[in-house]
Amino acid sequence: MGELKIKDKQIVVPGEVLAEGMDYLPSAGTYRNENDILSNQIGLASVSGRVIKVIPLTGKYKPKRNDIVIGEVVNILMSGWIVDIGGPYSAMLTLKDASSSYIERGADLSQFYTYGDIIASEIVSVSKTKLIDLSMKGPGLKKLKGGRLIDVTSSKVPRIIGREGSMITMIKDSTKCRITVGQNGKVWISGNNVQDETKAVEAIMMVENESHSEGLTDKVKAFLEGK
Amino acid sequence: MKFDTSYVTSLLNQDHRLDGRKPDEYREIKIETGVSKNAEGSARVSIGDTVVIAGVKLDVGTPFPDNPDEGSIIVGAELNPMASPEFELGPPNAQSIELARVVDRGIRESKAIDFKKLCITEGEKVWIVFIDIYAFNDDGNLQDAASLAALAALKDAKFPKLKDNKVVYGELTDKKLPLVREPVECTLGKINGKIIVDPNTKEEKALNARLTVAVTKEGTVCAIQKGGDYGLSIEEVDAMIDLAIRKTKDLRKLL
Amino acid sequence: MAYTKRFDGRKFDEIREMEAKVGVIKSADGSAMFRMGKTIAIAAVRGPRNLHPRFLQNPEKGILRCNYDLMSFSVNERKRPGPSRRSQEVSLVTEKALLPALNLDDFPNSVVDVFVQILQADAGTRCAGINAASLALADAGVPMSDLICAVATGIIHKDKAVIDINKEEEDYEGGMADTPLAIMPHSGRITLLQMDGEASREEIKSAIEKTKEACMKIRDVQVNALKKKYGGIKDEI
Repeated sequence: MGELKIKDKQIVVPGEVLAEGMDYLPSAGTYRNENDILSNQIGLASVSGRVIKVIPLTGKYKPKRNDIVIGEVVNILMSGWIVDIGGPYSAMLTLKDASSSYIERGADLSQFYTYGDIIASEIVSVSKTKLIDLSMKGPGLKKLKGGRLIDVTSSKVPRIIGREGSMITMIKDSTKCRITVGQNGKVWISGNNVQDETKAVEAIMMVENESHSEGLTDKVKAFLEGK
Repeated sequence: MKFDTSYVTSLLNQDHRLDGRKPDEYREIKIETGVSKNAEGSARVSIGDTVVIAGVKLDVGTPFPDNPDEGSIIVGAELNPMASPEFELGPPNAQSIELARVVDRGIRESKAIDFKKLCITEGEKVWIVFIDIYAFNDDGNLQDAASLAALAALKDAKFPKLKDNKVVYGELTDKKLPLVREPVECTLGKINGKIIVDPNTKEEKALNARLTVAVTKEGTVCAIQKGGDYGLSIEEVDAMIDLAIRKTKDLRKLL
Repeated sequence: MAYTKRFDGRKFDEIREMEAKVGVIKSADGSAMFRMGKTIAIAAVRGPRNLHPRFLQNPEKGILRCNYDLMSFSVNERKRPGPSRRSQEVSLVTEKALLPALNLDDFPNSVVDVFVQILQADAGTRCAGINAASLALADAGVPMSDLICAVATGIIHKDKAVIDINKEEEDYEGGMADTPLAIMPHSGRITLLQMDGEASREEIKSAIEKTKEACMKIRDVQVNALKKKYGGIKDEI
């Protein structure tokens, strides 16, 4: 019979045996070696019925279709823009996906987006060799003007956003900052003054550093209220 | 990245820095000695997230013909890619050579080490002091970290035992190096007309000009290095030297 | 004269006191310090990241590159900075020791760079480096089937195996065959095996068995260090 060797939400490391026997099924972040299911990364073990997976606590962003990502324009080509979205692969924004209006080939593309511009965009395709295409067509997809950009571990993005956006809404309301969180772990923050922005950054870093601790929402709330 | 650079500049226009420091404020500095036991002296220095380790090794060599009764120092710096995504493997490049040479000049020109006391037999045998500085994490201002680490490692160092004019490694005497002065370096940056000390990496990318000033305990200047792509006015240079003299008084207390 | 008592008083199958810290280099994607007795190794991982020049790229999976070096003052007689024939060979065997545990299928055309610096050397530096690098790779979140544990054993021909030899033992006049070994603890597969010296086939087999047992203790230290960091406690070099 199968036996579970770990508890749900336990921190596990590569090579750690999560379950023995054939009753359990290996999912993301795990693999089977003969009779055992093992972790292949540092993360939180998650057991749902017979399925075991490991939610990573570290690592580079893995680009996925339909993800909203934040990036910086790093090059302008004839056919579009190269965007740095972090990690080993840069992404391409082509003329046809850059704007709802028609952009003529040969136009001065820097009028639309130029070096150093920060954009929120959607990944429309990822090839097997990790060629990434972006689109600016969709709600909330735009150039982000001013403000500052910080990096967080991409696997912690769901915690920063919170259940139905509760965490990020709390931080936005309290600091009066505009905040956009990219699935790639880049967070754009723009406030009325430096103090507000700094407070928002600190709150987000707090979520990142203590993402697995209990009562996180209350802690962040207390921090924002200056207690 | 270009975006960060413009953000740093716009913040500084309102007299704010990315990490909340005042323009003339250093990050937290920590100095720990004796971090590598096979070295005759060693030190780890961190300034904020910037970390360097310096080690001192002594060897016996022949003196230069023009200074037959003096030993010498050789300073090297290694910018290993471990420390920054921008460093690459390979022989020392201009950046690491400049780093080492500015540390070297601070020590040499202040006559920090009494070279005559490094003489074993005039014209034949003298001590050669190797100071090697390794960057472990670059978050800006490697220069001041390197200078502090070199000085702390020199202060920590002891002569090894000698037998038939050969070094017996692994056995140290109680005798310290003849360190008679302590030059301390302060690096300042100019961003859009504002002067700051101790720039971090994001600030370094936004620098228009940089000035490193080595200062003695007496408040005299013993080495200067101007860097960066833009010029400085004489008033700016004067203000920067004044600030360096002031800041090195605080840095000196940490040694 | 037979080697009947170890210079530092350890039992013949006893590994030196160990210490590990994860996350010691802030700007790296993963990093760790691993100490075995007086040997201290520091490893940093950068990547997966963009690989240049292009001809090195593999469109089917990411590649691993390792660089090992002794710091100039880590040894008694100053070592000139920069690569030596020895350090290049150790870099290569380190890479081959780590690679079997890694799964880089999801990172085509990219590279994972591992940098190892020996801060203080008292023999067994490549093994301490591999132990640190294994932690740094895990810290970087690179998918890996297991940690890698390494230790060097001295085989005294017609006598015994001495686990985790230090410099004094490496220089032992009676002669020991220095045998560094790395394994993936779960599968028991050997990923690094070198030997300098003379020993019989049986002696080598028995030494490998004993070395594997010692590796399990290394694994415990590695696992504790990882759990300590990801339990929220920060460390410095």
